[in-house]
Amino acid sequence: QPQNEHIELHRRRYGYRLDHHERKRKKEGREAHERSRRAKKMIGLKAKLYHKQRHAEKIQMKKTIKMHEKRNTKEKNDEKTPKGAVPAYLLDREGQSRAKVLSNMIKQKRKEKAGKWEVPVPKVRAQGETEVLKVIRTGKRKKKAWKRMVTKVCFVGDGFTRKPPKYERFIRPMGLRFKKAHVTHPELKATFCLPILGVKKNPSSPLYTTLGVITKGTVIEVNVSELGLVTQGGKVIWGKYAQVTNNPENDGCINAVLLV
Amino acid sequence: EPTVPQTMAPDGDVQRLLIQFRDETGESLGSPFDVPVTITPDKLQLVCNALLQKDEPVPLAFFVHDAEIVVSLAKTLAGQTVETEKVLDIIYQPQAVFRVRAVTRCTSSLEGHTEAVISVAFSPTGKYLASGSGDTTVRFWDLSTETPQFTAKGHRHWVLSIAWSPDGKKLASGCKNSQIFLWDPATGNQIGRVLTGHSKWITCLCWEPLHINPECRYLASASKDGSIRIWDTLMGRCDKILTSHTQSVTCVKWGGDGLLYSSSQDRTIKVWRSQDGVLCRTLQGHAHWVNTMALSTDYVLRTGAFEPAEATINPQDVSGSLAELKDKAQQRYDQVRGQEPERLVSGSDDFTLFLWRPAEDKKPLERMMGHQALINQVLFSPDTRIIASASFDKSIKLWDGRTGKYLTSLRGHVSAVYQIAWSADSRLLVSGSSDSTLKVWDAKMKKLAIDLPGHADEVYATDWSPDGQRVASGGKDKCLRIWRR
Repeated sequence: QPQNEHIELHRRRYGYRLDHHERKRKKEGREAHERSRRAKKMIGLKAKLYHKQRHAEKIQMKKTIKMHEKRNTKEKNDEKTPKGAVPAYLLDREGQSRAKVLSNMIKQKRKEKAGKWEVPVPKVRAQGETEVLKVIRTGKRKKKAWKRMVTKVCFVGDGFTRKPPKYERFIRPMGLRFKKAHVTHPELKATFCLPILGVKKNPSSPLYTTLGVITKGTVIEVNVSELGLVTQGGKVIWGKYAQVTNNPENDGCINAVLLV
Repeated sequence: EPTVPQTMAPDGDVQRLLIQFRDETGESLGSPFDVPVTITPDKLQLVCNALLQKDEPVPLAFFVHDAEIVVSLAKTLAGQTVETEKVLDIIYQPQAVFRVRAVTRCTSSLEGHTEAVISVAFSPTGKYLASGSGDTTVRFWDLSTETPQFTAKGHRHWVLSIAWSPDGKKLASGCKNSQIFLWDPATGNQIGRVLTGHSKWITCLCWEPLHINPECRYLASASKDGSIRIWDTLMGRCDKILTSHTQSVTCVKWGGDGLLYSSSQDRTIKVWRSQDGVLCRTLQGHAHWVNTMALSTDYVLRTGAFEPAEATINPQDVSGSLAELKDKAQQRYDQVRGQEPERLVSGSDDFTLFLWRPAEDKKPLERMMGHQALINQVLFSPDTRIIASASFDKSIKLWDGRTGKYLTSLRGHVSAVYQIAWSADSRLLVSGSSDSTLKVWDAKMKKLAIDLPGHADEVYATDWSPDGQRVASGGKDKCLRIWRR
């Protein structure tokens, strides 16, 4: 490759050879023959690489030729009836705002049978006891240290009553008790504020599950009767699992994603 | 016989009242006579039947002050002050002689369609069942064995609407490519030529009633392009084109009095003369698209010369010469229609329904409000006494068929109700919804009778056979279910 513009400079000063254009044209015409001669003669690794590259080039060329051919001919348009047939009364209306998957009970049943749940937040940082439970000192000289206070958001059921304070080992402060969660449906991308029914599993420890501690990654059960889901047997679904996606103690609210 | 006031009567003597039987139009039957207040509907029925002097006793329902007499006259009048000196009007309504039993179980789930089933219809006698689907085929099903019978291929796009001719010998189907095919249910083959002419998809098809023309020759089709075409199926060509609507025509009904009614998304309903296609009247009033219409004589126009009371277990075609069929159909039509002109009810996206008397007046009789979402389908009961409206607000509302007064709401579905169908005796109503269940409601008790789950996805189309034996439903899960007792 010329490193500078001396070729162009010469051309501007002195012009082209008289037969330049013809020679160029003829050289280009011979190019196909030249390439084929070279391809036949090449051997070894070089040949392999060259042939691979050439193959790809040829495919591209064939495609462009076909496209050009198609452009000129008038083809009978392939009548493949589109999917998603709807009756006449639904035609001018946009599809229902529910996702199609919501009502596909067969998929649901299959997943349940497999017993496998793909959770949106698979790995969570394990929370140690010192982080979740704070030591509360009691006694006349504040020497006894058997009480613990939960520092994370928790859920207590409806009929919850505290044990007598003298015997209470775990304190769950009222300020950190939550009843509702903001649950997002993953396909619909719509968020609903649904009441919590219970804590199913806290990934850090089974102790936290029994206490009802809600941290990131916890699977909770929410009341979805608002959404109006129905099983194949005709029963209305009113409870579903959701996984918490934020750190509720930092944000002041519980955000979760529904596990469909 | 003078009435005995309660205060003067010794114990054991029951208060008596003067009553006068009247029928629905207000004509009185016999003269006033007195009865004890504790009289039951059975005894009232005996007396009324004696007065009516019919060959066979007809089951009757009795209403006093718009409340039905269920247990005894005393209970119904419990809260009301009754003047013992005035004559009390009791309105009697003859009920259907036959009784349709509620469907309780799914006898078969017919697979075969490869796409969602969009429309389902029983033939007027209940002998054949046809279904149109998104896989462009129309399938005929054998009802005695509940298996597929014929597959009619020909359409090139979704089959949006199907309509049986009133004699049950032809089926017309319209598709999204604006073509109409005619099929023979006995062989599954196409009759005649493809009817093309519309420029956009067909929304609704309606045949000419049997009592006007027993040959079942003319067919009206409504399309999204805003025009209505009347086709001559014998010659295979378009007879008339009725253009006046500015937007899609959503529904077309051929009335029994020589008038054609069409509703459209341009918020109007137009009344045309079917003889020459001249526009008679434009009914305005709705504030949004008019989705659906129903005529009071719909059921009798659909069944033609077939009388559901005479149905047999094995449905048969109605036999007889054309003149006989025409007479029979005319008789049935006159009986249902009575003295008054046909009534039309229209449901719209503006959440209201209007009740009209289109042959007489441009102004509606009544505006029926109460729904909280758009109304998808309205239907008169076969005896024209009740109007049922199915809406996307998950409820079905029942209204009085003559005055349009609100009766009750039927709640139970958990999402939009798409289609409803009445049983032939007007006692039961089945509804299919997008929550994949069907529900059978008792119109007398105004309650849910039976819940029919089973579909895997939305139920798009529902129909009750005119002989009352079966209900067919089809939906998005591509299978057609037949329900029986």
